[in-house]
Amino acid sequence: MRAAMLCSVAVLLLQIAGAQVGIAGEVVQVKINDLAFSPVDITVKAGDTIEWVNNDFVDHTATATKGGNWDIMIVAGQSAQQQMTKTGTIKYFSRFHPDMTGTIYVVND
Amino acid sequence: MGISRISGLAAAIFLATAIGPAHAAGKPSDAQIAHIAYTGGSIDIKNAKLALTKSKNADVRAFANDMVRDHTAVNDKALALVKKLHVTPEDNATSKSLVKQQDEERAKLSKLSGAAFDKAYIDNEVAFHKTVIGALVTTLIPSAQNAELKNLLQTGVKIFQGHEQHAEQLASSLK
Repeated sequence: MRAAMLCSVAVLLLQIAGAQVGIAGEVVQVKINDLAFSPVDITVKAGDTIEWVNNDFVDHTATATKGGNWDIMIVAGQSAQQQMTKTGTIKYFSRFHPDMTGTIYVVND
Repeated sequence: MGISRISGLAAAIFLATAIGPAHAAGKPSDAQIAHIAYTGGSIDIKNAKLALTKSKNADVRAFANDMVRDHTAVNDKALALVKKLHVTPEDNATSKSLVKQQDEERAKLSKLSGAAFDKAYIDNEVAFHKTVIGALVTTLIPSAQNAELKNLLQTGVKIFQGHEQHAEQLASSLK
């Protein structure tokens, strides 16, 4: 009983410590307003997930053109996610609105 | 300068002239502005649907699908707004001119096929978007009285500028 309680406390402390240093695996938001990604350039850690939040009333995509191989549909008023698994620089754009571009810098944890 | 380019320029001049009378006779009302904006979107959806029945070019088809998707979204938003504002869109000389000119343009386009169609369709899209953006910026947005309508038109301009740039890139690749 006592051992189990100590174990739970230890797990809780580890979770708090992890949250404070920002462990890999976080969800990082990129907003879409008025046909622009915000921020345009973003740095995340390998293992983090980008969540695009589409506040526009038209659909967009986040489509990697360099450094990645994904094509994410982001429906108007909704959000969509993609995990960044490898370090590197990824260039992406919206296929539906090619003048909308962004860059993701994925760094080591 | 090819025939389709001349046709595109003629369309731009015609539409600029068509939008003139409503402005010359006084500022268009919000009901007229809503009708013109909705009509412009409906026309471009018709143009895109024609392209989807005729073109086999993947880039042209993707562009046409973008036009259907975006202009449908803008028109849905416009319809919801006029309903909320209890405004009934009012037909007017500018809307009629836009419809007539683009009906004629589609009749010409429907007689073309293959690369000739693709080029003429995209050239017309460049000219049409350029003219509609010009009308929005110089006449429709400054004349709009309701703030929400003005805001929707301003967002529309951003969307249509993206369309125009996309069409221009495509036009270059089709040369």
